[in-house]
Amino acid sequence: MPAPRMYKTEAVVLRQRRFGEADRFLTIYTPALGKLDVKARGVRKTTSRMSGHLQPLTRCVLQLAQGHVSDVVAGCETLESFQPLREDLERLSRALYTAELIDRFVPERTHSFPTYRLLVDTLRRLSDAEDQDQVLRYFEMRLIDQCGFRPELEVCSGCGSRLEPEDNHFAPLSGGAVCRSCVGGLAGARPLSLNALKVLRLLQRQSYNDVARVRMDGALAHEVERHLRSFIVSVLERDVNATSFIERLRREGARHAVEV
Amino acid sequence: MNESTPATAAPLARLIDELYKLPGIGPKSAQRLAYYLLRMPVAEAQSLASAIVEVKERITFCAVCQNVTEVDPCRICTDSERDRTIICVVEEPLDIMAIERTHSYRGLHHVLHGAISPIDGIGPEDLKIAELLHRLRSGEVQEIILATNPNLEGEATAMYLTRLIRPLGVRITRLARGLPVGGDLEYADDVTLARALEGRQEMQG
Repeated sequence: MPAPRMYKTEAVVLRQRRFGEADRFLTIYTPALGKLDVKARGVRKTTSRMSGHLQPLTRCVLQLAQGHVSDVVAGCETLESFQPLREDLERLSRALYTAELIDRFVPERTHSFPTYRLLVDTLRRLSDAEDQDQVLRYFEMRLIDQCGFRPELEVCSGCGSRLEPEDNHFAPLSGGAVCRSCVGGLAGARPLSLNALKVLRLLQRQSYNDVARVRMDGALAHEVERHLRSFIVSVLERDVNATSFIERLRREGARHAVEV
Repeated sequence: MNESTPATAAPLARLIDELYKLPGIGPKSAQRLAYYLLRMPVAEAQSLASAIVEVKERITFCAVCQNVTEVDPCRICTDSERDRTIICVVEEPLDIMAIERTHSYRGLHHVLHGAISPIDGIGPEDLKIAELLHRLRSGEVQEIILATNPNLEGEATAMYLTRLIRPLGVRITRLARGLPVGGDLEYADDVTLARALEGRQEMQG
């Protein structure tokens, strides 16, 4: 059966870029159709009835018309605008990071209901969670898992023997944790404390509610973040743009705190 | 790209190639424009060519407000009639033109040349923010109007600037957001409608 000329889908807008006189190309993420690039005509005009519904990080229902190259937005309505994300730079920078990760990890036109669910849940959590970085860690671990890059945290990625309850190493290029005797000469391997290993396992196995109950001190949170980030960078083979903005806000926040 | 056949004369093929580099111009449009230019009177074609050369040779950025100008500092920055205690911060030089068209603003401007877009790797360091802070340190400025676009990037930029400027003790305002003239209420998104309700004004008369 040929695809219908007009169809309706729920979507989260991931990013947008200007196109032509007053149009935009949007990258949207849908539960059934996966990631798509669609064209929204005239949305840069102030009189556009759609532009407000098509801002990045909005969950909306879209009416799409099939086009020659890309589908065109024919109508839209906001379901959830995640307003708290738009009013706080810390939350916004982290939400944009999730959008960028989804954009980089998921292939076009491949459905994935769990990943869509994860994105929407994460945006909701970022809207009201106290510790937004913990929300991000859970999101990162789940996303790499769902995309087929689950890091090995039970046995050594080098020799396959069970990891001892002691300080080990984390080697993204080997696919996860490695034991002390295998770490020699491994590129990019970093020391992995026992506590960080436990947190990484927790992120991998438990639900968000269990993870949210855990309180980490700054050093441990930083270590977990560094390991997950290095794993993501090695899978993507590139840096994630939005991290530099998060880092900058953090640096400036710390400097401001010192001045006060 | 060169779609031209050997039958196309070399200068014409070159013109088509150059036009094709412009934004929004595809191969067919490039050919159409090239043939139009070919048929144009020589004087007009020369006028176009010299306009392009002149704009590249004479236009620079104003050292104060970062707007495009042929005299540095620009005419707005040196105009003694304008209110020097207020600066309107915009993303692009075109935004200044839009604001000037209203004839209801008599202060100064500052062009950031972009907006923060973390996903695209555009951070504060890529914008003319240091130049803006430098202007504020003179102590003359009392108010900053954040006139970045009312979209995600523009809002992020406005929030970031607020954070930087607030410690300097300058009043910070943001352009009002609400319903556009000629729009229909039923099509308004919740954010716009909520802002329009917050900013409602008493009817006069």
